[in-house]
Amino acid sequence: MTRTAMRHPGLNLGPAHADAEDTREEMIFGFWVFMMSDFVIFGLLFATYVVMLGGTAGGPGPHELFEMKSVFIETLILLTSSFTFGMASLALKYREDTKPLVIWLIVTLLLGVAFIAYELKDFHTMFGKGGVPSRSGFISAFFSLVPLHGLHVLAACIWLIALLGQIAVHGLDSFVKTGLLRLAILWHFLDIVWICIFSLVYLGGLT
Amino acid sequence: MSEQPQTSRRGSPLPWVLSRILGWSPVTLLTGCSATHITFLDPQGPIAQAQRQHFWFVVAMTMIVVLPVIIQTPWILWRYRYGGKAPYRPHWDMSRWLDVMMWGVPVIVVAILAVVLWQQTHRLDPYRPLDSDKAPLQVQVVGFDWKWLFIYPEQGIATMGQLVLPADRPISFQLTSATVLQTFFIPALGGQIDAMNRMVTKLHLQANHTGRFAGKNMQYNGGGFHHQRFTVRVVDDRQFDDFIAHAHRQGQPLDRQRYEEVLVQQGDTADAARALGLTSYQRGEPIRFAPIPRDLFRGIVDDAPFESAVHNPAPHQQAAMHPVAYQALPPKQQTPPKPTLPQDKETSQ
Amino acid sequence: MSGDLPDFIFGKLDWDTLPFWDALKDPTTFKIINAVISGGAGALVVLGALGVVILVTWLGKWKYLWSEWLTSPDHKKIGIMFIVIAIVMLARAVIEAVFMRAQQAVGLDGGFLSPEHFGEFFTTHGTIMIFFMAMPFLTGIINYVMPLQIGARDLSFPVMNQISLGLTAAGAAIVMISLVFTPFSTGGWSGYPPYTERAYNPGPGVDYWIWAVTLSTLSSTLTGINFAVTIYKKRAPGMKLFRMPLFTWTALTTAILMIFGMPPLTVATALLALDRYLDFHMFTSDLGGNMMNYVNLFWAFGHPEVYILILPPFGIFSEIFSTFSGKRIFGYPVLVVATICISILSFIVWLHHFFTMGQDAAVNAAFGIATMLIGIPTGVKVYDWMLTMYRGRVRLSVPMIYAIGFIMLFVLGGLTGIILATPSVDYQVHNSLFLIAHFHNMLIPGLLFGMLSATNFWFPKALGFRLEERWGRRAAYSWIVGFMLAFFPLYVLGVLGMPRRSLTFFEPAYLPWTLIAGFGALVILFAMLCLLIQLWVSIRDRHQNMMTAGDPWDGRSLEWSTSSPPPEYNFPVIPEVHSRDAYMSEKEQGKAHQVPDEFPDIVMPANSAMGVIIAVTGSAMAFGLTWYIWWLVILAGVVTLVAVIARGFVRKTTRVISSDEVRRTHLAWLECVRKTTPVDRSKEQSPENQGLPVPPVNGAVQ
Repeated sequence: MTRTAMRHPGLNLGPAHADAEDTREEMIFGFWVFMMSDFVIFGLLFATYVVMLGGTAGGPGPHELFEMKSVFIETLILLTSSFTFGMASLALKYREDTKPLVIWLIVTLLLGVAFIAYELKDFHTMFGKGGVPSRSGFISAFFSLVPLHGLHVLAACIWLIALLGQIAVHGLDSFVKTGLLRLAILWHFLDIVWICIFSLVYLGGLT
Repeated sequence: MSEQPQTSRRGSPLPWVLSRILGWSPVTLLTGCSATHITFLDPQGPIAQAQRQHFWFVVAMTMIVVLPVIIQTPWILWRYRYGGKAPYRPHWDMSRWLDVMMWGVPVIVVAILAVVLWQQTHRLDPYRPLDSDKAPLQVQVVGFDWKWLFIYPEQGIATMGQLVLPADRPISFQLTSATVLQTFFIPALGGQIDAMNRMVTKLHLQANHTGRFAGKNMQYNGGGFHHQRFTVRVVDDRQFDDFIAHAHRQGQPLDRQRYEEVLVQQGDTADAARALGLTSYQRGEPIRFAPIPRDLFRGIVDDAPFESAVHNPAPHQQAAMHPVAYQALPPKQQTPPKPTLPQDKETSQ
Repeated sequence: MSGDLPDFIFGKLDWDTLPFWDALKDPTTFKIINAVISGGAGALVVLGALGVVILVTWLGKWKYLWSEWLTSPDHKKIGIMFIVIAIVMLARAVIEAVFMRAQQAVGLDGGFLSPEHFGEFFTTHGTIMIFFMAMPFLTGIINYVMPLQIGARDLSFPVMNQISLGLTAAGAAIVMISLVFTPFSTGGWSGYPPYTERAYNPGPGVDYWIWAVTLSTLSSTLTGINFAVTIYKKRAPGMKLFRMPLFTWTALTTAILMIFGMPPLTVATALLALDRYLDFHMFTSDLGGNMMNYVNLFWAFGHPEVYILILPPFGIFSEIFSTFSGKRIFGYPVLVVATICISILSFIVWLHHFFTMGQDAAVNAAFGIATMLIGIPTGVKVYDWMLTMYRGRVRLSVPMIYAIGFIMLFVLGGLTGIILATPSVDYQVHNSLFLIAHFHNMLIPGLLFGMLSATNFWFPKALGFRLEERWGRRAAYSWIVGFMLAFFPLYVLGVLGMPRRSLTFFEPAYLPWTLIAGFGALVILFAMLCLLIQLWVSIRDRHQNMMTAGDPWDGRSLEWSTSSPPPEYNFPVIPEVHSRDAYMSEKEQGKAHQVPDEFPDIVMPANSAMGVIIAVTGSAMAFGLTWYIWWLVILAGVVTLVAVIARGFVRKTTRVISSDEVRRTHLAWLECVRKTTPVDRSKEQSPENQGLPVPPVNGAVQ
């Protein structure tokens, strides 16, 4: 086991010694494993949703409930936020000063909040059309899956705020750096989940 | 009532005697004198018979792998005990030949078991109609908390507490539950099958002999679960016709109101009898319902309000008065469209 | 209760929830008997908790408890705390089992338990045994032993380890609290809807069950991540995957199963909670819900879970067979491959738990065959263990008695497993006591014997003195005999068609068998008593059985190379590994107990209160959710969130142990080892055995 082989490509911990680098590496690997476990949860909910597609019980179905326009806007917002987080990651690795990093992070945060707001508006519209989970198994399955993604985005936003706070208090130390790297993994992961939601829940529901 | 299996046994007594001898001795000891057959090791129908055979086959095959362990472990323990004189090889940790043996033997055993499993699972599939020259009797089973309703759609009657079946004729069950998951089981005749709300499952059984067998629910569904038993009374064709006629004569009419007030309420068969005002009811005896709504089973499956009881007694009364003539009635008059029963929810995965 | 304010404060809690209240209002003999049993249990919980508080206060040990145990990130202490939870819960669940056996022993057309009470008994018994006995027990053992075996100082995420412990403790606490504020669920440990839906079970019981189980699954998921990452990343130099001890291998596969096997249950219970709390229709009968989704989700967890439970004991027995035969494990690579095969197969057999739900025959047959395939690698393992003893020198000490009991009884469980895997036969024995006998046959000789033999095996490592042998043997033999008496009759009852979960029965043919089983339960109770006495006697006579030198059994892997109990940092210098059985080969080459050239400063994780906070908020939140006490739920949620965020701001997460201190401790221990007289294996049980075996000589019996 050579030390250099274990250095994480996304990190630049500066003069910190090799042991610290190993610990960080372990942490990020652990986070990946956690993501895999989380992905199982989403996978099972996707499978349940597909099984429940027929369970509308005479209530409104995908065609009555889904509005592709706003879903498309949500998709754009989330994809853009992933891009801005990518810019933040680059700033994290290559820039000495924190300013560009913080700006990109705030932009990302705003996009995340906008996504949540848009999604809530979407749910509100669905409720207005009678699309409440107590109406049918299909709508229940929808609301057990899509809001879970929304909750993940919310958690990611809270984490982002906390990390911004840590930058303000402690500066850009190795804790913040690994924190940001893990948050980045989560953020992009949520993008992937959303793409699955977009294609399976919305497009799949409509076909 | 003649419950002894001999009375309706066909052909030579030898197979029956043999089956008794081959049957598991403690079981025979404990159940041989009882009128009720409670286990598949004392099978009363072709399905249970095949299951028993398969059971012992699996046991025997698996013994090939299990016995060496049980026999050799004590021997090894003794021979290689601490302080013993046998050779000691602390670094010996592999042997090609033994590796091949210990993978090979279980692989062969499992391969044989797998082939038989595949054949038997298909042959004894509860959904597979039984081969017979007689048309199967249709019975629809509904599970309630904590009782079973048996609907005879072709005969236009229903019973609770006792399921009466003709011997030597295939029975085609359709099952559902008006409440939570339950499992319908007559061990002496064949396997169990789940009954689920809004879904229909199927089961095919046949009894070789007349007699009384135990029937039960196997899936816990609340406080009265242990009372959810019934007696299966297998009778010959003439007695079966008597039973139908009797039901038509003395049955309680079943309509929506009774359904809601008696059947849907939690309680066992005896509670239902009490609610119906049957003061002299004995456990294991049938409560008879007739007439019954024509679309009762479908209505329960769909949770749709079914028609009230059919008050078109003409054919039934005829049948009641002339049980033999009843048999000859064209099935169309009583039978609702036969195989098109609710299948809106497939139970297969 | 009337008025808005009490409702706001207490939610749905009122006097009726107390276990004896119903009997006070309407005292009949039957109700009084049941109230005495459940009220007694509730009182035991309250008195037990009070007793612990008083005892700790009287001993003045609060500060010690807080700083040395509750906030300690040390994997060894967390492991021990896991095991303590497991043993407390084991005691409760065994007592419940005895009550159930007693009920069925007198259950011909009667008995003394009420149906609700009996329903709670089998539900809590199953839930506790799986989630709060088996899982914490094996988590505790792995926690303690695995880092020592791979030559690591701690797990990868010590604070997450505390959180796992906190979540399990919270779940266990909720199950215990349900004895005081009754009732618990009657839906069985598998909690099948629609029975567990609000329409059929509106009370708090199912909610208790949902939250207790959810806490446990979250704990196990985190534990799995922790173990897997530790084994991947923290192995000592030279400890290649194929040099790891077999117990570590099984820990790795179990961890992977936890990571992927726990989420299905989290999903299942979460969706059931949505159904119950927010009127969703995932598993309801009406409006398009489908209970079969639950059944599939539950068993997609349930089957990997079976192997989560059984693989670590396989690893433990591998260590024990090899150590007590004084011989290398036979067929190491084969055992590893078999372990991996089993863990992969475990994901593709879940349907065999519901052959009777009316699937296509081909589907049933395919899953049946997949299930039987698992028998092959398992059988191979059993033969490997026998061949490990073959040409060895077998010492029948307590861990080995359990191991022998395991190997002989487990194959019988395998036999009945093959029967159950055969769909056409399963149609006859499914959901009968045959099934109960089968899985107890796997879990008692497999899991529980594994855990008990592991406790006997590694206890001297953890506490520095051996467990007493005589009572240990009595316990082991009583467990084996008690198991056979209690569960072999259930096989008979199963083929006689007796359903599981039956309060009473009406077939006189069942009676002799239920009586034997009831007697077996008493023998098991006696075995539990023996365990208690064994512990007591061991602590009393601990000075006779000291083994500071650390290697009482002539062990083979690295955990025996350090002192007993090991220092917080496990190894003063991380060992270099050159082969399998790392410590044995050191001993064979005469390289054990060498003085290192230099001692490093050691960085260890600092104490943290996260585990305690999570335990408190977790149980508060679960309690609030169960009783609809919303302020408590919100408060607990906010505290958790604040604690997690605040933890992110903490920078002082480690502390350094100076090389001087390490040197001093280690040299003192080496001095102590030098003074110890080496003993050969004939004196293993005697007080002369102070943990230093005579050095191995190739081919000679020691």
